[in-house]
Amino acid sequence: MPALIAGTIITIALAIVSLFVGVSDVSLASLLSGGWEGRPGEVLLISRIPRTAALVLAGASMAISGLVMQMIVRNRFVEPGTTGTSESAALGFLVVTIFAPGWPLMAKMAVAALFALGGTALFLRVLRAVPLRDVLLVPLVGIMLGGIVGAIGAFIAYRTNLMGSMLAWNMGDFSGVLRGRYELMWFGLAGCVLAYIAADRFTVAGMGKDFTTNLGLNHRAVMILGLVIVSVVSAVVLVSVGSIPFLGLIVPNVVSMLIGDNMRRTVPWVAVGGAGMVLACDIVGRLIRYPYEIPISVVMGVVGSLLFLYLLLRTPRGAK
Amino acid sequence: MIITNQVTKNYGTSCVVDGVTLELPQGGVTSIIGPNGAGKSTLLSMVSRLMAMDKGSVTIGGLDVTKAKSDELAKKLSILRQDNHMTARLTVHDLVSFGRYPHSKGRLNIEDKAHIDRAIKYLDLEPLSGRFLDELSGGQRQRAFVAMVLAQDTDYVLLDEPLNNLDMKHAMGMMKLMRQAADDLGKTVVLVLHDINFASWYSDHIVAMKLGKVAAQGSVKDIIRPDVLNPIYEMEINVHEIGGQLISVYYG
Repeated sequence: MPALIAGTIITIALAIVSLFVGVSDVSLASLLSGGWEGRPGEVLLISRIPRTAALVLAGASMAISGLVMQMIVRNRFVEPGTTGTSESAALGFLVVTIFAPGWPLMAKMAVAALFALGGTALFLRVLRAVPLRDVLLVPLVGIMLGGIVGAIGAFIAYRTNLMGSMLAWNMGDFSGVLRGRYELMWFGLAGCVLAYIAADRFTVAGMGKDFTTNLGLNHRAVMILGLVIVSVVSAVVLVSVGSIPFLGLIVPNVVSMLIGDNMRRTVPWVAVGGAGMVLACDIVGRLIRYPYEIPISVVMGVVGSLLFLYLLLRTPRGAK
Repeated sequence: MIITNQVTKNYGTSCVVDGVTLELPQGGVTSIIGPNGAGKSTLLSMVSRLMAMDKGSVTIGGLDVTKAKSDELAKKLSILRQDNHMTARLTVHDLVSFGRYPHSKGRLNIEDKAHIDRAIKYLDLEPLSGRFLDELSGGQRQRAFVAMVLAQDTDYVLLDEPLNNLDMKHAMGMMKLMRQAADDLGKTVVLVLHDINFASWYSDHIVAMKLGKVAAQGSVKDIIRPDVLNPIYEMEINVHEIGGQLISVYYG
């Protein structure tokens, strides 16, 4: 418990730093002299606070959706990015952008979530048809499926001159976050809360279908609940800021190494860890070639792939 | 009482369990024996609703297992299969606590905690209770799974080869525990066993299966006989009475 409080304090500190990093001069002194009406106050309210809130929400909810995915698929190496979920959400968003460009963002997000649900369900179908012995083959199948869905999306986008948008969705970037353009991400928080409420069910599902049935739970219902959480979170994050690689993989794995897989205990850790990691990577991206920015997906890609490599190498092949 | 009526399971064209009709008595220890491929585990899986049956019906204590609510059944019946691949990293204590899930739905009260502590103690797991399952030996893990099933505290306890991975001492301990659960707590214990001598020593009732059918059933002295066992296992089995128990000798 004290460690969790310490982690939360670090994440809050990162959030505060995030509020004050940027080209426009926002500092305590300038805020005090200018008040809310002055330029620093406006920048804070319109840009910095929304950006920081978006970082925290995206980080926590993507990490949680990775955790939920790992429990229901019973594989350490799955997350929305390795199961075709993100690519399917992007395809859905593309389709709705072409056929119903006038729809409100909320409705477009819902379509993206439905596609994400369908894509992930397809992934689970494939897994059931091809029983895999090796733990690493499961995410490979997902990455292949994601590749196919992504290629279909790219083809459609190419024919409809939407390659630019497609690229933006695939590349997570928080520089465009402004007040009024990130609020959908509060759905991510709802996903986290739901995951916490149903934590015991997901842990039981993580023990396998037979154990789940023995304990009187409907395995299918738990799977569907998990899929809905993962799909909505993935769609919301994709539509709002673009996909963030590795996050859902690394944070839950590190937490599992440290305190195990009982979700009742790990959900707060994963949420705080995810938020902290995204905040840190975004701050690095903003500082490394100041005053310009590097998108978070690039920073996360570098940091994440190194950490992922480490996790892969310490897991003996074929381990359960 | 567990009643199966014409229970059948096919895999493709081969019939694994072929119209099994059984009445397993209330209370006591029943062992299901038979050679590999006899359909013992499949039958147990269908009786415990883990696997759908193609034909037939099963009632446990008056509840139809395919129609009754799963969470109600979970308070009456517990099942542990063999080969439990656990990917989740849980501690022994966490795992055993989840055995209370059907009763507590995640909120453990004092009674739940007492059941958990007792189950951990019964299976000699106290020193390991804070350890993660992936840090345990196969036998320790098997005991942790059985502790979880005991914590579930159901009238009917079904175990598929519970002696897997256990050394002689713990195998004997496990069988004594099953005997105790039946005698002291009035539970109905159904086991799939490979070791016919354990079955002979500890059971009240034995069901022998072969090729998906019940080949013979009855009390120990009805089943542990050369003329019954030899055709079932297709080998020479001699039975000797040692210390009042029927012991089979089949080593060469």
